[in-house]
Amino acid sequence: MKRFLIGALVVLALFAATPLVVHNEYYYFAAYVVLQFVVLATAWNILGGYAGYVNFGSGAFFAVGAYIAVALYKAYALPLGLQILAGATASGLLGFGVGLLTLRLRGIFFSIATIAVAIVLETVVVNWTYVGGAKGLPTLRPAQAPFFESYTVWLFFVMAVLAVVAVSAARYVETSWIGRGLRAIRDNEGAAECSGVPTLKLKLGAATLSGALMGAAGAPYAQYLSFIEPTSTFSLNYAVNALAMPIIGGMAHWSGPVIGALLLGTVQQVVTVTISSEVNVLVVGVLLVVFVVAAPEGILGLFRRFFPRKR
Amino acid sequence: MPYVAHPSFLVLGAYATYVVAGYGVDPLLAGLMLTPVFFVLGLGIYQFYYLTFEQRGSDQGLRGIAFFFGIAFIVQVALILVFGVDQRLVDAEYIGTSFETFGDMRVPKRMVVAFGVALALTAGLALYLSRTFTGRAIKAVAQDEGALRLMGADPVRIKRWAFGIATATCALAGALLIIVGPVDPNLDRLYIGRTFCVVVLAGLGSMSGTLVAGLILGIAESVVLTTAGTAWAPAVAFGILLVVLGVRPAGLFGR
Repeated sequence: MKRFLIGALVVLALFAATPLVVHNEYYYFAAYVVLQFVVLATAWNILGGYAGYVNFGSGAFFAVGAYIAVALYKAYALPLGLQILAGATASGLLGFGVGLLTLRLRGIFFSIATIAVAIVLETVVVNWTYVGGAKGLPTLRPAQAPFFESYTVWLFFVMAVLAVVAVSAARYVETSWIGRGLRAIRDNEGAAECSGVPTLKLKLGAATLSGALMGAAGAPYAQYLSFIEPTSTFSLNYAVNALAMPIIGGMAHWSGPVIGALLLGTVQQVVTVTISSEVNVLVVGVLLVVFVVAAPEGILGLFRRFFPRKR
Repeated sequence: MPYVAHPSFLVLGAYATYVVAGYGVDPLLAGLMLTPVFFVLGLGIYQFYYLTFEQRGSDQGLRGIAFFFGIAFIVQVALILVFGVDQRLVDAEYIGTSFETFGDMRVPKRMVVAFGVALALTAGLALYLSRTFTGRAIKAVAQDEGALRLMGADPVRIKRWAFGIATATCALAGALLIIVGPVDPNLDRLYIGRTFCVVVLAGLGSMSGTLVAGLILGIAESVVLTTAGTAWAPAVAFGILLVVLGVRPAGLFGR
């Protein structure tokens, strides 16, 4: 635990120090997206990887965070920290609601229900004129960025903090009794219930935490793009990536989604710039199918197979 | 089976029809010609799914869902890459004309054709599932695989067959889809909602329920379309689906 905390702090310090070395704004712009996927993938894994409930609606949680933040920013010019908090709270509540669905739905029906939630919410936002509806809404960033010289670098650092928070939360869940309970639910929910695992409480907790983290990842989105619009905010890409990254990285350990997100996120940034953004989406789909078929335990599983731990 | 890729094959069917109809073939005939191709495609996909997941018994739930989700995604993106995001449509003598009936009422011929074929297809499938040995076996495999094995039928073969038929109907249904209106690659997300809404509302495995549920959904969508506006229409199917899943997962006619 201590070693992990020190490691996390070192990583954050490194992120904070990068502006001294790297000056090209574009790298921060691209790295922000990769870090955002680290948060999304880690959050997805809490419910999907540990508890086995496949969420197809990650885009909805992300977008709820983004839209709550932008609505509050427009109404009260709330600072970024409070926007993130509000976005996380709203998406956490949504997560709680989705968690209640697990009472009755399992497997594919739960997944379809999460798509349903996403589409219904997207329709609501399209018809919500205060935040621009289908036309979208341009947002003005604050002129001054705290601590850093440019606002993009500041957003990059904020997302880095969120990523570290998300990974720490996932690691805590995984290593504590909560993670053991969630894994029991995944393997056999009936048996877990009979052995005294508080299944409903754990599922609700996991769904709420997962949702809140996704909402936090979405909250700075409008500030990042200076614009928000429903189709791209609710994009299926978030859902597919949030699901593909943990599966490709490996779902059994907190580092799996991180590896998957760093790898896939970087590849996508490169492909988007060098080839085209449609091909980049295709890459994710193909990799997802290839890994599910050929390496069901993900990159972590491959690693463990080739380098077995010596005891 | 977590077959979320079904709506993607529906859209794929529509595009395949578009391509074949481009050679001057009637779209309905084109859809019919494509059914064997789609049937084989379905057999292949199931065989692959069986070999990689069912036979290995490797955590079918989560990875099976992810597998089909990935397939659906690939089909969608491939369609975008090949055809672009523009809407496509086909031409035939019954498209764009209508029957004149009682005064001001007009019934578009393409709707009548699509309705007739869809009804015939559903009735045909219902008869097939209730009357033939293979059809009954398909119904049985959904209930209890072990029992089917004890009766001397091979559940894998039955499921492969069912998968082939399901995919084959996608070709014909896709043809109907493009006859009724223009098609674009992003339609499949809407049809995930519609497909599952109808199936869940009807109750899994109930063929007559499917007709009623389809009717209910269609009317509900039209009512919302004319009263609340087009922007709300996509939420109808998913809204109904959510309510049914939350309140009565067995559906209207489920046992």
